[in-house]
Amino acid sequence: MRSTFKAPIQPAAPQCIKAREFRRRNDDGTFAVNRTRGKRMANKVIQRKRREQMIEENGVIFLNNVNKTYSTGSPALNGITLSIGRGEFVFIVGDSGSGKSTLIKLLLRELTATSGDVYVLGNDLGRLRHRQIPKFRRSLGVVFQDFRLLNDRNVYENVAFAQRIVETPGREIRRNVPAILATVGLAGKYKAKTTQLSGGEQQRVALARALVNSPSILLADEPTGNLDPKNSWEIMKLLEEINESGTTVVVVTHNREIVNAMRKRVITMKKGVIVSDEEGGAYIDED
Amino acid sequence: MKISSLFYTIRQGFANIFRNKWYSLASIATISACLFLFGLFYAIVANFQSIVKTAEEGISVTVFFHYEGDALNGANCSPDHVVPSDQRIEELGQMIAKRSEVSEVKFISDDEAWAKFATQSYGEVYAVGFPENPLKGENSYEVFLSDVSMQSALVTWLQSIPEVRRVNYSELTANTLSGVNLLIAYVSMGIIAILLAVSIFLISNTVAIGISVRSAEINIMKYIGATDFFVRAPFVLEGVLIGLMGAVIPLGIIYSIYNYALSYVMERFSVLSSFLKFLSVDELFGILAPVSLAVGIGIGFLGSFSTVRKHLRV
Repeated sequence: MRSTFKAPIQPAAPQCIKAREFRRRNDDGTFAVNRTRGKRMANKVIQRKRREQMIEENGVIFLNNVNKTYSTGSPALNGITLSIGRGEFVFIVGDSGSGKSTLIKLLLRELTATSGDVYVLGNDLGRLRHRQIPKFRRSLGVVFQDFRLLNDRNVYENVAFAQRIVETPGREIRRNVPAILATVGLAGKYKAKTTQLSGGEQQRVALARALVNSPSILLADEPTGNLDPKNSWEIMKLLEEINESGTTVVVVTHNREIVNAMRKRVITMKKGVIVSDEEGGAYIDED
Repeated sequence: MKISSLFYTIRQGFANIFRNKWYSLASIATISACLFLFGLFYAIVANFQSIVKTAEEGISVTVFFHYEGDALNGANCSPDHVVPSDQRIEELGQMIAKRSEVSEVKFISDDEAWAKFATQSYGEVYAVGFPENPLKGENSYEVFLSDVSMQSALVTWLQSIPEVRRVNYSELTANTLSGVNLLIAYVSMGIIAILLAVSIFLISNTVAIGISVRSAEINIMKYIGATDFFVRAPFVLEGVLIGLMGAVIPLGIIYSIYNYALSYVMERFSVLSSFLKFLSVDELFGILAPVSLAVGIGIGFLGSFSTVRKHLRV
């Protein structure tokens, strides 16, 4: 195992906040200090510093002794401790029922851990309030095996949709979407309906949608599961390029050939437990 | 919320209706049918109430006072009766007029009473048979009520005044009219409640179907980081738009039908117009239009909002 848990971080003093920022001039020329706003800003700065410190010490993804048991009573994750650093490319492999999907759901804060700590980008997901979840998810990009595109809209609209959700101004959407479509090699197909595209092209659209908001982490759940070998390799190359540009990439896959050929960090799971975590690792056979 | 997001929400609200067009159409049609029935029902009830009101306004209570010699004429007098002076009669008139259930008080002198009675009963020749006024001293007040259901209270009070000799009133008419009024109120409340419940159920169903049809999109929105408001607002707007359309269509239909029906009735049954006063289309729509629109939008909002809260846990 790669990492051990560091002691909880103490809040930093809000010295960096200048009182001047929260002053407003009264009619008589004196100044009034907006203490509420000042405190709020100070808290934000403290929290940001805490998150940065957490990432620095434990990585962008950090799980400490995480257990997840479903309401049916079946344990899905059992004492998972894991750390993924900024800019890493990690494969998570394992058979069906090994807990890979549960892990991804925990990272997306779709589920919460039964016990243990889950930190993503310095956010303690166990303590994240419901209203804070959307903002947290905006720093993640997600790609699924079944693409999950909006088939009643064209390629451009599918990608622009992600920007509209995070309330990006229209001018920026018109600039960003063609750029990201060019990155994934679909510049010429922005008007096409998604149903007119091949599986590989559809996954590229899904990738463009995941990347257009510049996420810090890209989570790909079986991104090549529905693709032929040629398209699978093209998608993996794209993921590698994205990773090289600084995005942390976590790929859940069954594709033995790709995992073995790419020689990245491989985390192998079995029955809710990490059985192997190797840099430049390979797909371990069940037997 | 940014302006661009607001426009996006509005566009999505409209787009939802078209994406889900058959369900939307079914909802609009059913809400239209409900509000059409409501409008029709309201038009009938409002006209009926207006006719009843006119009838109520015609109902009066007549108050007679004691006068010198009334006991000799065989009137039913108690031994402690008081004969009022003209000034006292005037005071009593003011006291009656001040009561809340009274809308108008009219003094009828004995001469006016005889003139009216004699003309109706004997024609112009009455003066020959009656050189003197046989109703001498029968001064009275004709009291009109603002609320016919309060008639018995007023009559009891009037009868307790020592100067009052007799109170003429029709208990049966007052009771019938106030009973009819009450019945109309209960029936209209019942029917309106049923129509509202049906409409809310329909909008709720349409929005629930819309949510299930668009569950994939909602799922993607959640993963990308859409706020609850951003996900929910188009569905609520969809419900409000359906409710609004469901209100506007029947209003248009009722407007044309009512105008046509009113002129048809007036032409074919002109005899009715002399004693039945129907509401004009403007009078009817002065209340019906805002109420229907508010009900349409209200049930659209309530139906969709509750469904979104129930089915859309984002």
